[in-house]
Amino acid sequence: MRRFALRFLRSPEGMVGLVLLACLVAMALLAPFVFPRDPLSIVGRPLIAPFTDASLPLGTDRLGRDVLAGLMHGARASLLVGVFAALVAVAVGTVVGTVAGFAGGLIDEALMRVVDAFQVVPAFLLALAFVSVTGPSLPVIVFAVALGAWTGPARLARAEVLSIRERDYVAAARAIGMHPAEIAFKEVLPNALPPVLALVSVIVASAVLIEAALSFLNLGDPNIVTWGSMIAEGRNVLRTAPFLSIVPGFGLVLTVLGVYLFGEGLVEAMAHRRGRQ
Amino acid sequence: MTTTLATLRGLSVSYRREGAQTFALRDVDLDIATGGRLAIIGESGSGKSTLALALAGLLPPEASLAGTIDWPGLDHVPVAGRDIGMVFQDPGSSLNPVLTIGEQVSEGAVRHLRLGRATARQRALDLLARVRIPQPQAALAAYPHQFSGGQRQRIAIACAIAASPRLLIADEATSALDMIVQAEITELLDTLVREDGMSLVFITHDIALAAKLADRIAVFRDATLVEVGPARQVLARPSQDYTRSLIATHIDFSAPRLIDERA
Amino acid sequence: MNRAWLLARRRILSSIPVLLIVVIGTFFLLEMASGDAVDAYLVTLGGDAGLAQSLRERYGLDQSALARLWLYAGSLARLDLGFSVAFNRPILDLILERLPNTLWLMGSAIAMAFTFGTLFGIVAGARPGSAADRALSIGSLALYAVPSFWLGLVLSLVFAVQLRWFPTAGIETIASGKTGFARALDIARHLVLPVSALGFIYLALFLRMMRAGMAEVWRQDFVLAARAKGLARRRIVLRHVARNALLPLVTMLGLQAATMLGGSVVIESVFAIPGFGRLAHEAVAARDAPLLMGIIVVSAVLVIVVNLLVDLAYAWLDPRVGSGEASS
Repeated sequence: MRRFALRFLRSPEGMVGLVLLACLVAMALLAPFVFPRDPLSIVGRPLIAPFTDASLPLGTDRLGRDVLAGLMHGARASLLVGVFAALVAVAVGTVVGTVAGFAGGLIDEALMRVVDAFQVVPAFLLALAFVSVTGPSLPVIVFAVALGAWTGPARLARAEVLSIRERDYVAAARAIGMHPAEIAFKEVLPNALPPVLALVSVIVASAVLIEAALSFLNLGDPNIVTWGSMIAEGRNVLRTAPFLSIVPGFGLVLTVLGVYLFGEGLVEAMAHRRGRQ
Repeated sequence: MTTTLATLRGLSVSYRREGAQTFALRDVDLDIATGGRLAIIGESGSGKSTLALALAGLLPPEASLAGTIDWPGLDHVPVAGRDIGMVFQDPGSSLNPVLTIGEQVSEGAVRHLRLGRATARQRALDLLARVRIPQPQAALAAYPHQFSGGQRQRIAIACAIAASPRLLIADEATSALDMIVQAEITELLDTLVREDGMSLVFITHDIALAAKLADRIAVFRDATLVEVGPARQVLARPSQDYTRSLIATHIDFSAPRLIDERA
Repeated sequence: MNRAWLLARRRILSSIPVLLIVVIGTFFLLEMASGDAVDAYLVTLGGDAGLAQSLRERYGLDQSALARLWLYAGSLARLDLGFSVAFNRPILDLILERLPNTLWLMGSAIAMAFTFGTLFGIVAGARPGSAADRALSIGSLALYAVPSFWLGLVLSLVFAVQLRWFPTAGIETIASGKTGFARALDIARHLVLPVSALGFIYLALFLRMMRAGMAEVWRQDFVLAARAKGLARRRIVLRHVARNALLPLVTMLGLQAATMLGGSVVIESVFAIPGFGRLAHEAVAARDAPLLMGIIVVSAVLVIVVNLLVDLAYAWLDPRVGSGEASS
């Protein structure tokens, strides 16, 4: 484990990703202490230009809300949705894939057709439909994003189970009378996990992007500030104050970049570890 | 009477791995006679494949080479493909899966003999007939997966001799094939080399095969040349214990040993 | 092309149950919504409870969910997607009117991304570790992280608002009276920015895949064999390495069709293109569930068709497909 961490830290991608993500997490955690007021509340004159007022370093938006406060609070929404949507997607996908791989036969066939069905419907459209039906709130958005993301882990887990299930230790477990479900969750699942984890960074990144796009279309949680909604809000004054749309976009770019780089570092470190075995 | 095609003097090939220098070949002196058939035998990891790559100039860029390879039998520095043809171990992976057989067989000739479309096609047809591929006309437009392992190796041989090279290097060219096919490929190589007057370097771990095909045998072990001489002499009166044990046991090195000899 | 026909038939047969699951799943998802099409209708146009009652009876909304699913599936089989209350038009007409704009947008974005992605990928993968490789690798990673709608805003800010090179919105100049080539040119000018915004992320994806694929192929035996033939480096790179590395990209093309269709929803909203994606947004805004349902079903069909075409292209590129040794 320590060697793994060292390898991870030595890869330039992993290091840059870690630093980016650490900054974002710090932003998200510190936001309520640095800006204890609701970031949606009006603090001054509308459209104060950035770097002109020391108490409002990034200025205000069309309604006179603090841009810096919004930026820091916005990190919370992006990270929360990214992490929890990925957790839900991986949990659901892994369970479904493992069950399908282990059960085989008709159950496998049926589950994989469901996976296919979820893959032919655009994930964003699915999220759009789900949010429009249940109403925009953070948990709903998490679930809506996960709805389009669980098929990847499911396919991967199933493939991994199929390749592992014939190996010796599963046969041994069967010989000592373990129940197939017990074998699935005690022996196979932990082994199938590493490649699934490699998929996580992609899921987190796309979750962040889908959440941003939903907020951009005014389908995000209206009670919290998100980068997507800030971009949409700034769009109304794009010609006169382009800054308002551009800055939160950089937040998104850096978040997604950080997630990708972090993931790449993890995969590289894992590949080294596997290579040694 | 016999002339020398290539002379290797003090040839070493090494790689840098995690700071330490590891030798794939160490200080090898060897002559290859024009028209001769040299068998290189040894276990895997003994450096015999590295020797093949070094001769053809195909070592990876991270390899460092010391010593000399001279070509007194040629009036120029040899070019892979034109002067040296190579056949590799696994015909399943040494042919490009998505290109037609016709294209793969003729591309070397197109490059080195500057053939046009029609002549290249005719050339490929002739080559496929020479390596005895049934229905060569149909084979031109076919893909590697449509042939058996033995046929694929025949096609790979056709690729290697497409530009009429002076030297043919066969690197374990038969060891991925079953016994009967192995004998056929050996016989094909024998015929082609005789008809074209090519020199042959035949790399193998199978001493019986070496005895059948070669006039000279070089034995490699742990990156060094242990013994070299006329085939009959090396087989009948080996000067080294290692060679003697090879002949005595007549083992196939690719088979796992039952007992570790150092134990 | 017997092989292609067999493949197509198998694909079409296996997609029937998938489509069925999509229909059933979407139906019950939208069933969860509070209020139905009649409520939405009354909100926009007004009316009393009596009108609501008669409308519900007329459209069968007073029946059970299962009965209505059966009705819906029956009309689907006759290619009838129902009636949009919000637009006061048959849904199929509405979709068929909007679809061409989206197909142009997506088609151009895919063509642009695939062409430049593979080209730059070949440049990067031809010499792994070179300066060009590293620059392209970093650039593509950064591009890959950019949200498309934000990129669209930035592009329109720079190239439409500031430089005035391209129009800011729409698919063509309204009431310009242009026809033939002039009209095509006008549409192309309108498409440059949205196509870039939608396609750049895929360009980055294809570039990275091509580069990684080539790195993989360089290690294969047949590349060593090609080098042993003394072929020109150009030929080895293009004919042997790139040709094989292209195969996974084609598969990816099919996998990304759905994602791209989803992306067009946002891009069409940014650039005010009256397309299929914008229709989805409008359906959500108007709470028009039958319209949204029709959109989802049609997009699933579209994705299935794209994947079929991709499979056929793959079979054409890889002679091993359908011969029992495809997985090697």
